[in-house]
Amino acid sequence: MNKVSFTVNGKKRDYRGEPFKRLLDVLREDFRLTGVKEGCGEGECGACTVLLDGKPVNACIIAVCQVQGRAVETVESLGTPTRLHALQKAFLEEGGAQCGICTPGMLLAAAAHLREGGKTDEDSIRAALGGNLCRCTGYQHIVRSVQKAAELLRPRGRDCGARAAKSPRSARSSGRGKRDRS
Amino acid sequence: MYNTDMANVGSNVHRKDALEKLTGRALFIADQDIPGALFGVTVRSSIPRGRVRAVRFDPSFPWKEFVAASAKDIPGKNAVACIELDQPLLADGEIRHCMEPILLIAHERRERAYEALGHIEIEYEELPPVLDIEESAAMKAVVRAPDNIFKEFLIEKGELDAGFAQAAHVVEGEYRVPHQEQAYIEPNGAAAWFEKDGTLTVVGSVQCPYYVQKALKAAFDLPAEKVRVIQAVTGGAFGGKEDYPSVLAGHAALLALKARKPVRMLYDRAEDMASTTKRHPAIVRHRTGVDKEGRLLAQDIEVLMDGGAYLTLTSVVLSRGAIHAAGPYSCPNVRIRAKAFATNTPPNGAFRGFGAPQTLFAAELQMERIAEVLGMDPVEVRRRNAVVEGSVTATGQVLREGVAAREVLDLCAKRSDFARRRKAFDAWNKKAANPTWRGIGFALAYHGGGFTGGGEDYLASRAGVALDADGGVRVLAASTEMGQGAATIFSQMAADALGIPYEWVRVQTPDTFKVPDSGPTVASRTTMVVGRLVERAARELRAELEKSGSLPLISGGGARSGGKAVSRAKWNAAARKLLAGKPSREFITQYQRPPGIQWDDKTYKGDAYGTFAYAALAVELEVDKRTCEVRVLKVVTAEEIGRVIHPLLAEGQVIGGTAQGLGYALMENAVYRNGVMRNPHFTDYIIPTAVDVPPMEVLFIEKPYAYGGFGAKGVGELPMDVPAPAVCAALRQACGCWFTRLPVLPERIFAALPKKTGAVARRESLG
Amino acid sequence: MRVLRPMNAEEALTLYAEHPSALPMAGGTDLMVAFNGGRLNGREVLDLSALKEWTDIEFLPDRARIGALCTHARIESHPGVLKRLPLLAQACASVGAIQIRNRGTLGGNLANASPAGDSFPALAVYEAQVVAVSAQGGRTIPIRELFAGVKKTTLQPGELIAGVEVPLFKREPQRAVFRKVGSRRAQTISKAVAAGLLWVRAGKVEELRFALGSVAPTVRRAAKIEEFLRGRALSESVVEQSCAMLEEEISPIDDVRSTRAYRLGVCRGILRALLSSGQKG
Repeated sequence: MNKVSFTVNGKKRDYRGEPFKRLLDVLREDFRLTGVKEGCGEGECGACTVLLDGKPVNACIIAVCQVQGRAVETVESLGTPTRLHALQKAFLEEGGAQCGICTPGMLLAAAAHLREGGKTDEDSIRAALGGNLCRCTGYQHIVRSVQKAAELLRPRGRDCGARAAKSPRSARSSGRGKRDRS
Repeated sequence: MYNTDMANVGSNVHRKDALEKLTGRALFIADQDIPGALFGVTVRSSIPRGRVRAVRFDPSFPWKEFVAASAKDIPGKNAVACIELDQPLLADGEIRHCMEPILLIAHERRERAYEALGHIEIEYEELPPVLDIEESAAMKAVVRAPDNIFKEFLIEKGELDAGFAQAAHVVEGEYRVPHQEQAYIEPNGAAAWFEKDGTLTVVGSVQCPYYVQKALKAAFDLPAEKVRVIQAVTGGAFGGKEDYPSVLAGHAALLALKARKPVRMLYDRAEDMASTTKRHPAIVRHRTGVDKEGRLLAQDIEVLMDGGAYLTLTSVVLSRGAIHAAGPYSCPNVRIRAKAFATNTPPNGAFRGFGAPQTLFAAELQMERIAEVLGMDPVEVRRRNAVVEGSVTATGQVLREGVAAREVLDLCAKRSDFARRRKAFDAWNKKAANPTWRGIGFALAYHGGGFTGGGEDYLASRAGVALDADGGVRVLAASTEMGQGAATIFSQMAADALGIPYEWVRVQTPDTFKVPDSGPTVASRTTMVVGRLVERAARELRAELEKSGSLPLISGGGARSGGKAVSRAKWNAAARKLLAGKPSREFITQYQRPPGIQWDDKTYKGDAYGTFAYAALAVELEVDKRTCEVRVLKVVTAEEIGRVIHPLLAEGQVIGGTAQGLGYALMENAVYRNGVMRNPHFTDYIIPTAVDVPPMEVLFIEKPYAYGGFGAKGVGELPMDVPAPAVCAALRQACGCWFTRLPVLPERIFAALPKKTGAVARRESLG
Repeated sequence: MRVLRPMNAEEALTLYAEHPSALPMAGGTDLMVAFNGGRLNGREVLDLSALKEWTDIEFLPDRARIGALCTHARIESHPGVLKRLPLLAQACASVGAIQIRNRGTLGGNLANASPAGDSFPALAVYEAQVVAVSAQGGRTIPIRELFAGVKKTTLQPGELIAGVEVPLFKREPQRAVFRKVGSRRAQTISKAVAAGLLWVRAGKVEELRFALGSVAPTVRRAAKIEEFLRGRALSESVVEQSCAMLEEEISPIDDVRSTRAYRLGVCRGILRALLSSGQKG
């Protein structure tokens, strides 16, 4: 067992090495795709989420031999700084990323959800991201980001239902509280 | 003083670090290419207290492939220089806690390094360990000579006995809070190497590069010019990467010294959770005297904290906890006695809030009990006692300005419709057929910004900006971006102070060779204290440019003023003129204590903080009658944080901090047995998922603080102070029980409720 | 690690017969965690992921056949399963998080034999038959005979699980419950997990099937209670008696996750809700 061939971000790649190496390590070390992150090594935090044949999985608990002939997508395929995916644009506008370690996994889980026509109400998005832990955001800005992305991706002229809640342009309370000018 | 017409301050500009993070290009320490780096691992104690009798290396293992380091290899002091030098970098015979590092091993390949751990045997001589506060206080053994006490404080105001003598009611309570794990999603990591000229370079996931530098200087007997610490993109910290990185960096450096090669160390999750610092557990006891109208007359408070085996930051955690222990209330007679004890457990350290969430939990639940004893509305009793302008705190600080306790309280109570919801839930709870019980709970807190007392003077922080030859402006500060938005905030401030677009500003990656020491990224001081330094320095630069005639005078700053932003060509010309051929020029300012602030460290009296920020929170939850699972339904919070520099980022801090507070209250249970964490995995140390955290309504009130950057106060830690007591107050309504110990797991709710033949009976009605 | 990678079921069984100490791996969600923890170094793995067989879900008139290599994600969303075996759909939907459900398989879960397997109580009340095959042949094992203890099955050396066969009811039960109680509302291991089916006619119990997981070394049918209730009217005292009997049927423990008392109390509550009139679980 010496070669595993699979598609990574649309390109056919060959891996030669230990067949039981974690997909996470093959992607990060052999293919230099360091956008895939390790948070726990146990399939519990989702930081290592990649798409396998379009479905979110934890790369830290997949042996590379098992992806023979399959298609893997990492965050690098989503967009670049000059050509952002709608989700990345939305995260940028709505504050979906803080420290950034959970972000690649979060984006991919969200991307899979939207691609499959997942519902964009609050509860459905939260459920879709239940396997992606974030310690910084408390999730709300992430949910808003995904809703915003869904709006951006919606074909124009069609109202498909759930609208993104408004994010605070300015979260100041209007009128209440003294605005001391010392 | 502040022009409201700021281009950047007050608006939701895009994060400076967003693009790299969103596209997976941000380089965390595990991502960085370090050619030739070995991978280092740590051999740790499996006993909590004793001595190492022998270390045996399996003779059949190919040790020649490996590099090993022990305490003997440390060139300088075998110590992790923090506040004291009591913590060894590597144990040298004596073991004081489980997971204490003893040896370091490095190999080219990560898997081999871990494999080596299984081929080392340590023989111990065990001693009976001291495992918690009570054992330590009872002197089961002497862990820290002479009396197991790391530090104590006494804060006194007025005359306690006189206060109690007048009291119509005296209410007592004891509150217990556990360890809490920071659970940043990126584990600790660092890499170290020695340059040809002997300079030790460390790159790591760190909050405080200068803290690491200080520790490495001592351990390697090197001057500052020979120790360079660079922050890598940091995946969350929350205090957990404040002091611990000094340990990890020291280890990586020691291996690098021995190996004469770079060494990278990356903790796996279990090692990180079990070995690194946590929030201090605490026992807080209150005895409170109130008059018939519910006004506080006497507060007698005892705070006991568990510092673990070594001091690290314990004295300062205790200090902040003690100062906040009486809550944001006016009381003429207060006594706070605080002690931190040594135990044979891994040292505890900083975690968002730093002592205040522990003592404010107690203070707020105590107010709930007082309200109940008096039959008063819990919001009203707080309102009646809340500090106002002119109030005097327990340390004798007169709160002269920016006091917003009542404002946040009123706004939160109104927006959460507290009184009506409370009534509605009382009615809901009377119906036996309903599958849940419901409750709404309230809490009020304040949080001092910046280092306590004379701390900011001691830090003497310096920060500023550099004008570069290409016309770019570079913020120079040691404050680290770890998700909270420091880089963005600094850029907004610099841009507006200079009257230039946000895009022209960048932030120098914190590197001790390139930035001044602006102090640690802690204590909610970054926007307020360091931001102010950046603002002042930027204004100085602007003034210089205006003085030289290159740029028109603008009043108050802000590119919008006068309606026209300066063109890049004009700016570049001005920069060239100022630089006069130099590649760069730095404008650095130093911290100045605001006028009128006085603090006496001996008596612990005076102005503990330059200013306080305020928060009120209302939480609605329901408890499943059958399973006692708690579902948080809604959060409304009003927070006063001075000027809001970036509303979206500030809201992100509040929601994120509140989520951590909800975890603290309901699900984060660090199980310790024989002095070590038994559930060091995300599988069993439960933090909230997206399904567990409800949507939150966040409202800000602004009372700009004259000495904070653009009027800002701190926001990072304040949100942590209110969720847990509010949750317990809500549970009191829902279940009819006082839960005074965190976390309130379903098991504990179940155990507290009366039952017959296994049925969870109707909860007893109040009153 | 040495990896054996058969391309079909026959090859898998032949290889397994030749390498009986190899570790069969389907989705790998359990095995890889152990591997990452360094507990499987030097072992041989029988990677089943290339098999095209054992991946179907088929509904026949009297039973359903679910291939061992079907993922929980596929099972939970299959229209037939949702309609005819709703407790199994709910159970599979509750396993881990989406990332785990996209990899973890029913067969792998069964073979791993964790006391906390979420699908097991559902399979137990549906009285599934586990189809085990080896190079020598095949047999069916009733689900209640599959588990021997914590992480131990009664599978013989060389035997792999090919799938489960689940008989379909002639008469639908009047009440059904699947309930998993964990430490939070997503991605959690169960503290207690229950499935129940109740056939009631004219106020009297025709049949109760009630199974519990995470409260004993293996999944347990509450056989004594099921027997006790046969033919009885569900009065309040009968319900309470049944709940009291639970203590004899299961052996929950105190561990880092939960307590014996809580697990027992939760199971009682779920049973009570199922038996009390009108309430679902």
